[in-house]
Amino acid sequence: MTLVADTATAEAVKPAAEPAPVPEHEHEAKPRDILIIDYSGELEKTWATMILASTAGAMGAKTRVFVTFWGLQTFVKDDRRITGKNWMQKMMSFMQRPGVSHRKLSKMNFLGMGPWMMGKLAKEYNVASPKELLEAAQLMDVEFIPCQMTMDMFGLTRDDLIDGMAEPVGAATVIGLMQEGSSPLFI
Amino acid sequence: MTLQVARTLDAKGLSCPLPIVKTAQNMKELESGQMLEVLATDPGSVKDFAAWSKSTGNEIVEQTQDEKVFRFVLRKK
Repeated sequence: MTLVADTATAEAVKPAAEPAPVPEHEHEAKPRDILIIDYSGELEKTWATMILASTAGAMGAKTRVFVTFWGLQTFVKDDRRITGKNWMQKMMSFMQRPGVSHRKLSKMNFLGMGPWMMGKLAKEYNVASPKELLEAAQLMDVEFIPCQMTMDMFGLTRDDLIDGMAEPVGAATVIGLMQEGSSPLFI
Repeated sequence: MTLQVARTLDAKGLSCPLPIVKTAQNMKELESGQMLEVLATDPGSVKDFAAWSKSTGNEIVEQTQDEKVFRFVLRKK
């Protein structure tokens, strides 16, 4: 169809139609929801999760972080040393200390030397720690949602997890949020 | 001519994303129409504040630079 024909059709329809509503101001448009899937639990990726989650919250976007698998270890209270119900679950928490302040680097860990230096550098350059950013994100209503299956598999209870977390859910909820238009991010 | 700001946030020396995160936290405590002055030294903050303003609808009413310090005056929507 040619442009001329289009215009002609539009002209013909026009008198009957109601005047189009004036579009809202550009920044009035509702920003898309943000959905971060926090999977890895490594220090550098936990940092990325917390930076993006707190920033998304600061920008007024409805922000949800689904914490699953190794990611859920980050959300165990810092002072919990051993978690789990059976010996295998307990062994796992013994081998990898849970809590946001005890994350390890995926490279250059060197028995904790890497994370220690990273922490020193962050302080020197006024970079907020993952823990500080997590608390800031919670203050800005970012929702942290635990994965029910991971909780079961690692034998974690709601009481093992930090305060203020949402109800545990499963994968269907996460996919549902994506279908409804949340921008997804897998970290 | 100086703008009547309700409060000033000193974010000098802070790295990304703290200037934005702290700005949002301060903004929460202001009334609509009140103004927040932010001082930052993070060079990325120029673009970051523009993006933040665009998506939250809080207006940047004034933006200046003095040596290495960026100053933003933001009006709450």
